[in-house]
Amino acid sequence: MNTNFRLSRRHVLKWSGAAATVAVAGSLLPNFGISTALAADLGEGDIGVLNYAYALEQLEAAFYTMVVKSPYADMSADETAILTDIMDHEVAHRDFLKKALGEKAIGDLEVDFSAVDFTKRDSVLGTAKVFEDLGVSAYNGAGKLIENPDYLLAAGKIVSIEARHAAVIRDLLDPDSISPSGGDIIDKNGLDVVNTPAMVLKAAGPFIKTAFTANSLV
Amino acid sequence: MTTNQISSVVAGLDPDLTERLVSSNRGSFGSNALKLGALVSAPLVLAVAATNAFGAELPAGIVDVLKFALTLEHIEDAFYRSGLEAKGLIPEKYVDVFTNIGAHEAAHVAFLTAALGKDAFERPKLDLTAGGKYADALTNFDTYLTLSQTFEDLGVAAYKGQAANLIESDDILTAALQIHSVEARHAAQVRRIGGKPSWDGAFDEPKTKEEVLAAAKPFLA
Repeated sequence: MNTNFRLSRRHVLKWSGAAATVAVAGSLLPNFGISTALAADLGEGDIGVLNYAYALEQLEAAFYTMVVKSPYADMSADETAILTDIMDHEVAHRDFLKKALGEKAIGDLEVDFSAVDFTKRDSVLGTAKVFEDLGVSAYNGAGKLIENPDYLLAAGKIVSIEARHAAVIRDLLDPDSISPSGGDIIDKNGLDVVNTPAMVLKAAGPFIKTAFTANSLV
Repeated sequence: MTTNQISSVVAGLDPDLTERLVSSNRGSFGSNALKLGALVSAPLVLAVAATNAFGAELPAGIVDVLKFALTLEHIEDAFYRSGLEAKGLIPEKYVDVFTNIGAHEAAHVAFLTAALGKDAFERPKLDLTAGGKYADALTNFDTYLTLSQTFEDLGVAAYKGQAANLIESDDILTAALQIHSVEARHAAQVRRIGGKPSWDGAFDEPKTKEEVLAAAKPFLA
C-alpha cells in the first residue's frame, strides 16, 4: 500500500522527491483553515464537481508550466518532450473546464510550489507522480457525483489522459518496472485508487494559496 | 447523486463482499508478481460468484455493460496468459511488466465475474491471430506489443463509452472508472515500450459498443 496522505496534528508538509509525502491536518472539511465566510465555495452539484476538476487542472497546468520554463538539470530530450506534452494537456484540460463552466467558474488560483525544487529531477518528477496519481484518484472518486452524462464523458476523456501521464512519469522514475502500470497501488481486484474531494483537496491544499471550500462535494 | 437501489443492495450484502466491490483499499501484487493461474482461483472473489445477490439485482442495462466488459477482459486475460506462456516471446526485462499487467486483467475477469453472478460466462473461444492477420502474435514481440496496445487502448475507449450507462449505480460506475484508468496506465506503458507516444492528444476519445465489438470480433473464434 502506498498512500500519500497521512494525518498529523499539525499542518506539516514534507516534500522530497521520490519519497514525497504530504502530511496535512485540520478539520475534515477542506477549507484550508480559512473561515468559510471568506472563501469562495466550488459550488453544488455538477458545477461543484467541474470547479473541483478545474482547480486541480489549474494546479497541474501551473506546475508543468514552471517545469518546462525552468527545466531541471540534465533534462533529456525525451523528458522535455514528455513534460511539454503533459503541460499542453493540462492547459487544454484547464481551458476546457473553464469554458464549460462559463461564468460559474472559480477564479484563477494562486499556487505555491515553494516545496518543490525545480532544479532537481527527483523533486519535479516525484511531485508530478503525486499530482498525476492524485488526479486519477480524484476523477475516479468524482465520477459518481456527476449527474449530467455529457460531463461524465468529459471527465472520462480527461482521466485516462491523467492515468497515461501517471504511467509515463512513473516510467521515468522507475523504468521498465511494474510501477508504470501501478503495480504498487492497484488493488487485488485490479482497481485503481479512489479519493474523495476532501482527501484530494487536503493533499493539494499546501500547493494552493487561494481560499476555497468544497463543502457541498461529499 | 440521489439514493440508488444498488447501494442498498450492496449494503445488504456480506460486509466483506461490499468491501471488495466498493472500497478503494489498496493491495499490491508486489514485484514478485503472482502467477496468473493463482489469481483466477483466488477465493477472494469467486467464492461469492455462485450466489451473488448483487448480480441478481442488477438492472438489465448494467448487466449488458458488465457482460460487454467481461468479454473484453477475457480477451486481455487470455492474451497476456498466452504471451507469458510463449517461450522466448517476451524479453526477460519485460516479463515482470507483462506479468503485472496480466494479473490486473485476470483480476478484472474475476471481479466482473463476481459482479455478474449468474450472468457471468467463461472465457469465449479466441483466436489471437485474428484469422491469421497476426499470425506471429505469439512469436514476434513487435506484433505482440502492437496487439497489446490495441487491446489496452480499446479497453480505455470501451469503458469510457459505457460510463454514462452506469450512472444509476454509484458503486458500479466507480468500479468501472477504476478499471478504466488501470487500462490507460497499461496502454501508456505498453506504448512506451514500443517506442510510441503514450497518448494521442489531451483528450482520450470513447468508442461505442458497436465500434469496440467490431474491433474485437476478429479475435473471437
